[in-house]
Amino acid sequence: MSPTTLLITAATLPDGSHTDILVEHGTITELGARLSRAGATTVDGDGLQALPGLVDLHTHLREPGFEQSETVLTGSRAAAIGGFTAVHAMANTSPVADTAGVVEQVHSLGEQHGYVTVRPIGAVTMGLAGTQLSEIGAMAGSRAGVTVFSDDGKCVADALLMRRALEYVKTFDGVIAQHAQEPRLTEGAQMNEGALSGELGLRGWPAVAEEAIIARDVLLAHHVGARLHICHLSTAGSVEVIRWAKARGIAVTAEVTPHHLLLTEELARSYDPRFKVNPPLRRDEDVQALRTALADGTIDIVATDHAPHPMESKECAWDEASFGMVGLESALSVVQLAMVDSGLIGWADVARVLSTTPARIGRLAGYSDPFAVGAPAQFTLVDPSARREFAVGQLHGKGVNSPYLGRTLPGRVVATVHDGYATVLDGELVDAATVAQNARVHRG
Amino acid sequence: MTVRTVLQSADITRALTRISHEILESNRGGSDLVLLGIPTRGVILAQRLGRILESIDPAVGESLASVGSLDVTMYRDDLGAQPTRAPSPTQLPASGIDGKTVVLVDDVLYSGRTIRAALDALGDHGRPRAVRLAVLVDRGHRELPIRADFVGKNLPTSAEERINVRLREIDGIEEVSIES
Amino acid sequence: MRHLLSTKGIDRATAVGILDVAEDMADVATREVKKLPTLRGKTVINLFFEDSTRTRTSFELAAKRLSADLVTFSAKGSSVSKGESLKDTAQTLAAMGADAVVIRHSASGAAHVLAQSGWIDAAILNAGDGTHEHPTQALLDAYTMRKRLHGVASRGRDLDGLRVTIVGDILHSRVARSNVWLLEALGASVTLVAPATLLPSDLSTWPVTYGYSFDAALDQSPDVVMMLRIQAERMSAAFFPNAREYAREWGLDDERLDRLRADTMVMHPGPMNRGLEISARAADSPRSTVLEQVANGVSIRMAVLYLLLSGEREADQ
Repeated sequence: MSPTTLLITAATLPDGSHTDILVEHGTITELGARLSRAGATTVDGDGLQALPGLVDLHTHLREPGFEQSETVLTGSRAAAIGGFTAVHAMANTSPVADTAGVVEQVHSLGEQHGYVTVRPIGAVTMGLAGTQLSEIGAMAGSRAGVTVFSDDGKCVADALLMRRALEYVKTFDGVIAQHAQEPRLTEGAQMNEGALSGELGLRGWPAVAEEAIIARDVLLAHHVGARLHICHLSTAGSVEVIRWAKARGIAVTAEVTPHHLLLTEELARSYDPRFKVNPPLRRDEDVQALRTALADGTIDIVATDHAPHPMESKECAWDEASFGMVGLESALSVVQLAMVDSGLIGWADVARVLSTTPARIGRLAGYSDPFAVGAPAQFTLVDPSARREFAVGQLHGKGVNSPYLGRTLPGRVVATVHDGYATVLDGELVDAATVAQNARVHRG
Repeated sequence: MTVRTVLQSADITRALTRISHEILESNRGGSDLVLLGIPTRGVILAQRLGRILESIDPAVGESLASVGSLDVTMYRDDLGAQPTRAPSPTQLPASGIDGKTVVLVDDVLYSGRTIRAALDALGDHGRPRAVRLAVLVDRGHRELPIRADFVGKNLPTSAEERINVRLREIDGIEEVSIES
Repeated sequence: MRHLLSTKGIDRATAVGILDVAEDMADVATREVKKLPTLRGKTVINLFFEDSTRTRTSFELAAKRLSADLVTFSAKGSSVSKGESLKDTAQTLAAMGADAVVIRHSASGAAHVLAQSGWIDAAILNAGDGTHEHPTQALLDAYTMRKRLHGVASRGRDLDGLRVTIVGDILHSRVARSNVWLLEALGASVTLVAPATLLPSDLSTWPVTYGYSFDAALDQSPDVVMMLRIQAERMSAAFFPNAREYAREWGLDDERLDRLRADTMVMHPGPMNRGLEISARAADSPRSTVLEQVANGVSIRMAVLYLLLSGEREADQ
């Protein structure tokens, strides 16, 4: 039985059609009814939704430097069990991913482990300090082939530096992913600014701090004719700005996180730091606006902003806790709950916002026509009818700072196929040695 | 559950009158006498005793001014074992209790723990010449070496039974009953 | 009562009940023996991550008057200032057998976190958390108002119809927040006065009216004027231009003092910045309740400690 010959029977494709899928040597070799291949590992796809391998444009893998929070291996496993086949690893590691050396290290760790394609994101500025451009060209030209640049966690606040960055990455067909947070307006900020922050005595994080930067940056991108990507939109006002910019033909794309599609600031009432995140959870009106915008295409993609933290950074008072939530393992379920089950979008849209479009923004090849004969085999199979009590046991990264613990979430990833071999089978991760071996064979 | 009335209104009045006479006798008159009721019903009983004493011997003098209340909530030893009790005010005669004969008045004497608490409370307010105890009902089952000087009625009970003292001022009716 | 974390959600009967118990506690202070044996054998820990001599001393006195064993943990010079987490501190106190923990912390919600964490089983008493709440301060303020209004006949009374104006740095004031919720529960009506920079950005869910002009608020002839301490550091953060301008617009100066009715109460949680938010004459005037507030603080804290530590311990919600 060849581990890399896979036969999926009677799965439902994003367009609603049903088909068997035959995978050989990393590629989809046949589609159709009643396929068979001797020695193939068979997955009964009846009742399962096939989706192209999910692509996360916004993941924190923490390695190098913060291995107590996450490593490339643990983060990759969390991604695979969540249905992902590619993640973009943010640059705020230690050392910061601002040189070819660091991005190549992260990239090759991803290749070795083989659960997902790990695409490093390069820092826009040296050390994320916001003063001097990092070696963008060297990173773009490195083996890691960096295409996305971001100071995520920090905003590129200096308008001139942002203009130069936007211009400079054009040279390499890159994109700047901006973490839109006006720093002075958010000094010490803890949660969305509004009636509730006033009541709870937590320092407010005004929506305008996000919206003002987005407005500035779409105008800058327009002025210099560059691509711009906005990370984790969180307010209704940001949606308005993006809608306006797109109407003017500005080359801006925008992402929203699963948690901003589901959770509201009300959760801060508990002072439970699991709900402390950057940007903060907002009002219900914002959640509704973000859902509408994702459905109508104003927001292009969903990205997890998977941000693992060690336990001690969340077992403390709110002010003292770190920002961030883990999200890879729960992302697809949350999108199903917030968007699909609510009737706002269908599975074809899920494929678009969680795979095709993020791959296009990241210039990641092989995702444009996922279920075609000859396409690289990157897909995941989901049981949308499953219901699960989300618990620590379902988290496979190092972080347990999930806001969904104790909630019931719909959907469950049954199998994930990356580069033609399974990383998840029967709802369980395939062991690390087997995956690494298959990855080696695939690379040849 | 059965309820048996053991003292009726007239019995209660008679008992209080008798206690009043006994107090006067043992105190050799009404001088320097202070009646302190233990909330809630002990306070009512102390007021009634005061009025009776005054009617027997006007020399008890401003007798109602010598009637007060002594809250023992803060001196109990069962803090964590009972639902929280709201304390009641303590009202002592303006002249204080130093050198006086204080008669503590309560409705039912049972384990003796309330009286123990009352003695402790009293000690924090001053130093009486003597402390006596008057109760409407003594139901036995003492857990401390405490006894009453003046008893309206001894009622042998089992620990499972409940004694209900109802007084007109608070309960609208007047009786002592045993619930078993 | 399992914990006292905030005044939000306290109903009128509960609030009046606490004030009534405090009345009885106040009587103790007038006796020869200013001590009750009530909390003998109970361990109360004052956990102060933030310096506050007044509040700490008030709680110490309250615990001692109730005969509790009291230990004060001050952050300064102890392991808590050297990066020990709230969790470790809490677990340490639990291991020491604390029955109640009085916590003062610079982070909003710290008392909630402690109460919900499962790290410690003790009753948690919030003695001020960041810019969130300071419930015993509001209780002692309400007690002081009630006492001035009703004197010895205070027991059982609420504050129905009382009109209270709170002036100053509402945005950063835990005293203001706790007062707003408690005064609402007790039936008083509250007006907040501050420059717009020092009011929360959205007051739509608060049971208050608010305005920017102190003089306009005084035209309404309030029953109580509560002045809040203004911190010098707010100036550098551009909340207002300078002390002179603040005092002119929002200070209770002699001129404004003279506009008050003779029976209007002037309150201040202390410590006061004389000459900034309150003039010396206002602070020392017969209208001022400042010293009563301090004395009443001990009674209120005795009442709360008693209510938290008596009764069968209710299970967590």
